[in-house]
Amino acid sequence: MKILVCISKTPDTTTKIAFTEGNTKLDENGVQWIINPYDEWYSLVKAIELKEKDASVTIHLITVGGADTEPIIRKALALGGDEAIRVNNNSNDSFIVAQEIAAIAKEGSYDLILTGKETIDYNSASIGSMLCALLDQNFISAAVKLDLNGNTLQVVREIDGGEETGELNFPAIISCQKGMAEQRIPNMRGIMAARTKPLKVVEASVTNATTHIKNFELPPAKSGVKLIDPDNMDELVRLLKEEAKVI
Amino acid sequence: MVLIYIDQDEQEIKKASFEAISYGATIAKQLGTTAEALLLGTVKNNLADLGKWGANKVHHVNNIVLNSFDARVNATVVAETAKSLGATVLIFAHNLNGRAIAPAVAVKLGAGIVTGACALPKTDAGFVVTKTVFSGKAFASIEISTPIKVISINQNSFGTVISDAIATVHELAVAVPSSTLKITSVHKIQGEVPLTEASLVVSGGRGLKGPEHWGVLLDLAKALGASTACSRPVSDADWRPHHEHVGQTGIQIAPNLYIAIGISGAIQHLAGVNRSKTIVVINKDGEAPFFKAADYGVVGDAFEVVPALTAAILKSKSNA
Ligand SMILES: Cc1cc2nc3c(=O)[nH]c(=O)nc-3n(C[C@H](O)[C@H](O)[C@H](O)COP(=O)(O)OP(=O)(O)OC[C@H]3O[C@@H](n4cnc5c(N)ncnc54)[C@H](O)[C@@H]3O)c2cc1C
Repeated sequence: MKILVCISKTPDTTTKIAFTEGNTKLDENGVQWIINPYDEWYSLVKAIELKEKDASVTIHLITVGGADTEPIIRKALALGGDEAIRVNNNSNDSFIVAQEIAAIAKEGSYDLILTGKETIDYNSASIGSMLCALLDQNFISAAVKLDLNGNTLQVVREIDGGEETGELNFPAIISCQKGMAEQRIPNMRGIMAARTKPLKVVEASVTNATTHIKNFELPPAKSGVKLIDPDNMDELVRLLKEEAKVI
Repeated sequence: MVLIYIDQDEQEIKKASFEAISYGATIAKQLGTTAEALLLGTVKNNLADLGKWGANKVHHVNNIVLNSFDARVNATVVAETAKSLGATVLIFAHNLNGRAIAPAVAVKLGAGIVTGACALPKTDAGFVVTKTVFSGKAFASIEISTPIKVISINQNSFGTVISDAIATVHELAVAVPSSTLKITSVHKIQGEVPLTEASLVVSGGRGLKGPEHWGVLLDLAKALGASTACSRPVSDADWRPHHEHVGQTGIQIAPNLYIAIGISGAIQHLAGVNRSKTIVVINKDGEAPFFKAADYGVVGDAFEVVPALTAAILKSKSNA
């Protein structure tokens, strides 16, 4: 079985977001970069678990991005995975990213493509669904569990207010979230091994963007908290009713 | 024409779809065109009633196969229908099914897409949609430059606009590709409003010290008719189920009221809840960072404050 795991680079979750160049670019000053948590904790670790059960599994990682994504790719390789592909395209248009991944996916004829539920920067949650259309394969989104039974995949996905279990065959695209696997920490052996694992760079082939970001904005600051005496909850109820009008 | 995808679950139209209709209908007015809804499968609702939320027409692909959701099949049917009807703007709710198919539909139509929109598009010069980015820490205005545009709208960010209009219903015969996905079971959490649809949410953090102390929070939620949520360490420790975890790596919500009990207000937690209209923070530490993001704050012990708040709510309800 061949698995392709999609890896994205995102700012660390503690990043205080700020913008530069007239609010058109993220201020990268002091930003720590991490593997998108959904890609790292859930899709990558799930792929590694499948390989631990069946040594014939091959795991390829793919990132669409510039050379500055390579430390992230090495970190992912330190967790697991046999080799990585970087498509040298800096676009943040999901449609372009998905087309680059689809081209590699077609060439590699993977049985399973794993993505995170979304990235924590642009929150587009689009790549898996776009691959479904580009490759005409089954797609299960926001999956919390995946089991393999011979050639049949049993996948549990989140639905509004519950969970749904489905069965399907390869090839398939699955977007992963909490429940799928447990976060792991790379060990020294993994880090050493990652240095020599192949990282292939492929030139960009798609450039026609369908969207572009005009500017960013920060949410307005709250005007200040109104403190209420803990012995006067009637007053809080009154404020919620009459001032905030929410109950 | 603006085409709005109607999501259904167990033959009931989802709440998020009513908001999507009102959002799409408002865009249609802005563009001087009609708002038309598209429903796949069979539902118990009266389809002409969708006029109430702003749909001029409802297109209905009445095929029972479509009652169970298959992203590949649904996206194909929606894209084919959109093409044959000549839709120029497509609207989806940014709920679980909407997320699964809106990007695939955009690809099939060669359309630019913005997912998780939180306001009406600006259409006076170009077509610019605002969405939340960095999991709620900021907003981005994104221009879509293709002839067809696709938007998925964040739940609880637009609301509904209601009139007494009636929609005309059109049955459509569309070829449905065969599904190779077999749904084997569905598990629903009984008697709870899904967190993303809830307008009132009561949430607990590590300050409640253990699952055995959740009673005070549940009593408050019951008195208010609110849904319950929690911080990440709480769900990581299995004090509460995973689906209650809100924040940057959980779900992002925007209820009318969010009451945070014993939650410090870490940046990752705030990212998931800072679009709530009103935030109440109950924490014994007056220096807790959450107070900076709150509208109302109570500095005190949750085990005293929360039961008192519950009692005050019940009292005000019985007086009403
Ligand atoms: C990569 C990453 C992603 C993360 N994603 C998320 C996420 O999505 N969501 C999330 O929530 N967190 C997330 N976190 C964790 C986050 O950083 C915080 O650790 C977490 O939110 C803290 O949870 P808490 O507020 O419940 O607990 P604490 O920070 O321990 O706060 C407990 C609070 O309870 C108060 N308290 C104690 N006793 C009482 C009492 N008797 N009455 C009233 N108040 C009391 C204390 O004063 C304190 O403020 C993430 C962290 C990382 C590194």
